[in-house]
Amino acid sequence: MLEVRHFTQVFGKFKAVDDISFSVKKGEVFGLVGESGCGKTTTGRAIVGLQPVTEGKILFAGKPIRKKHPTTQIQMIFQDPMASLDGRMTVREIIAEGLRIKGIKDRKILDEKVYEMMALVGLSREQASRYPHEFSGGQRQRIGIARALIMEPKLLIADEPVSALDVSIQAQVINLLQDLKEKLGLTVLFIAHDLSVVKYFSDRIGVMYMGKLVELAESEELFQNPLHPYTKSLLSAVPIPDPRREKNRVRIPYEPACSDPAAAFREVTPGRWVMS
Amino acid sequence: MREHTLQVNHLQIAFRTGNGLVQAVRDISFRLEKGRTLAIVGESGSGKSVTSRAIMGLLAPNAVVEGGEILYKGKDLLKMSEKELCKLRGDKIAMIFQDPMSALDPIMPIGKQIAEAMVINGKLSPADAKNKALRLMEEVGIRNAKSRYGKYPFEFSGGMRQRIVIAIALAADPEILICDEPTTALDVTIQAQILELINKLKEERHLSVIFITHDLGVVANVADDIAVMYAGKIVERGTAEDIFYDPRHPYTWALLTAMPDLETTGKLQAIPGAPPNMLHPPAGDAFAPRNPYAMEIDFEEQPPMFEISPTHAAATWLLHPNAPKVALPKALAARIERMGQIGG
Repeated sequence: MLEVRHFTQVFGKFKAVDDISFSVKKGEVFGLVGESGCGKTTTGRAIVGLQPVTEGKILFAGKPIRKKHPTTQIQMIFQDPMASLDGRMTVREIIAEGLRIKGIKDRKILDEKVYEMMALVGLSREQASRYPHEFSGGQRQRIGIARALIMEPKLLIADEPVSALDVSIQAQVINLLQDLKEKLGLTVLFIAHDLSVVKYFSDRIGVMYMGKLVELAESEELFQNPLHPYTKSLLSAVPIPDPRREKNRVRIPYEPACSDPAAAFREVTPGRWVMS
Repeated sequence: MREHTLQVNHLQIAFRTGNGLVQAVRDISFRLEKGRTLAIVGESGSGKSVTSRAIMGLLAPNAVVEGGEILYKGKDLLKMSEKELCKLRGDKIAMIFQDPMSALDPIMPIGKQIAEAMVINGKLSPADAKNKALRLMEEVGIRNAKSRYGKYPFEFSGGMRQRIVIAIALAADPEILICDEPTTALDVTIQAQILELINKLKEERHLSVIFITHDLGVVANVADDIAVMYAGKIVERGTAEDIFYDPRHPYTWALLTAMPDLETTGKLQAIPGAPPNMLHPPAGDAFAPRNPYAMEIDFEEQPPMFEISPTHAAATWLLHPNAPKVALPKALAARIERMGQIGG
């Protein structure tokens, strides 16, 4: 469904993403993990067409993504639901905006579609004429999801969709995304730094470090048997809610200086890629 | 009985707002024991940060302390003058925050920021303060301290900045260190390093630590004792073992099962609804409307703290002798079983 080929993104002199390639299959959840500045968000933004690609190709359903003619079949939800919703628009206007821009003017059709989406994400239609500030963080994220889904996307890019939310609300949103994925057959690119959440939600996971993809594997396989030293270090750093285990934890430090500059991203077994 | 350094009794704090008084902290009591880390866990709005700020005397101007006391060596911090408090803050109790950048002066070299307080307090000469600052920098893991003494905060990464802030906090050799979500803004590998550092400093300096966080993984790493807060109240307190392996309050159960760990499969046990509006705190247990085990009395009357063991207590009517026996949620029982196998 989505193919990223030798994608490189340069901002000024800074190489944010350095020659990464991966593909996302129809109906799967592909997790992209890494620390801040590793290029995961930049990759997500390039796929939606929010910035012109410096080098390489991003193909969606076989066609390249262009900034001038973005496709509505790819939609994005963001980390901070407040920052991504216009505070002066009602929820109805926010959710309907995409369809209106697409040329649907009939108020009745728009309203119906908005109510349908609100019901889908667990909001009531009475809330349609309220403004974003009247909602809690979790509800705002639901509004963001409804706004994305009304365009009937094939691919949903979720950039840290729960990391700004409280623990008890995070689970609600994760469950909602899980339900929607099954109900609508969505393909999801899930970008996050919380490894427990990524593992829980993703079928396959790509690990990024300093603009490069260093490992790619089936979710279970990656956690059972990490191959790249950075992945090992990352997994060893995840705090686990279990005091006895935490007190005996051994953190594996990662020394990037030891890595081979001639390393390339290779397929070690079918579907299993490592930078080595 | 262990020696304690700080004791909070029946603390009540509200905030004046345009809509009325918001009850942020509602009658909480706890003890910080010497040389141990107390983790206060809760979601936003639970009152955990307000509590720590009250200890430091750093409440916002619209805060009203409606009752209670915070005892340090027999003296009530809430009754101290600003001058006395100021001395105590620099000297015996120090605090670090979530965002190190906002705690640092962007246009002052970091070494000077570490040495500054020692000179202002008149404790050390500028030359001695500099030497001590260099030692502190090494202690918190900033290598080549001499060459980095004159560098500015923007020249350091987030993790290094948090180390600088910790060095400043340690400058006066405090007895108590309050950490308010110090690793929330950091990447997971950096977070692990900072937690290691805080644990090491606690051991070496016999610090008593109050650690505020919402992340249960972090709690498991640092905590000796835990207080779980919900809607301005402590709903359960105990040792780390008590809370993780023998939790009793339904809110603690919910917290422990709401997030996936690395072994979770199947649907998550989300907590329905949202926390209550603290303008009008509910009469009974604030968690009752979201609690599948709630009984009638939970909606009517505030449950008292029921003692389970000398270290462990929880405020839930389920612990009343007349309450029906409720089994742990299945997902949680399975998780504790799993933990026992790996850890025990």
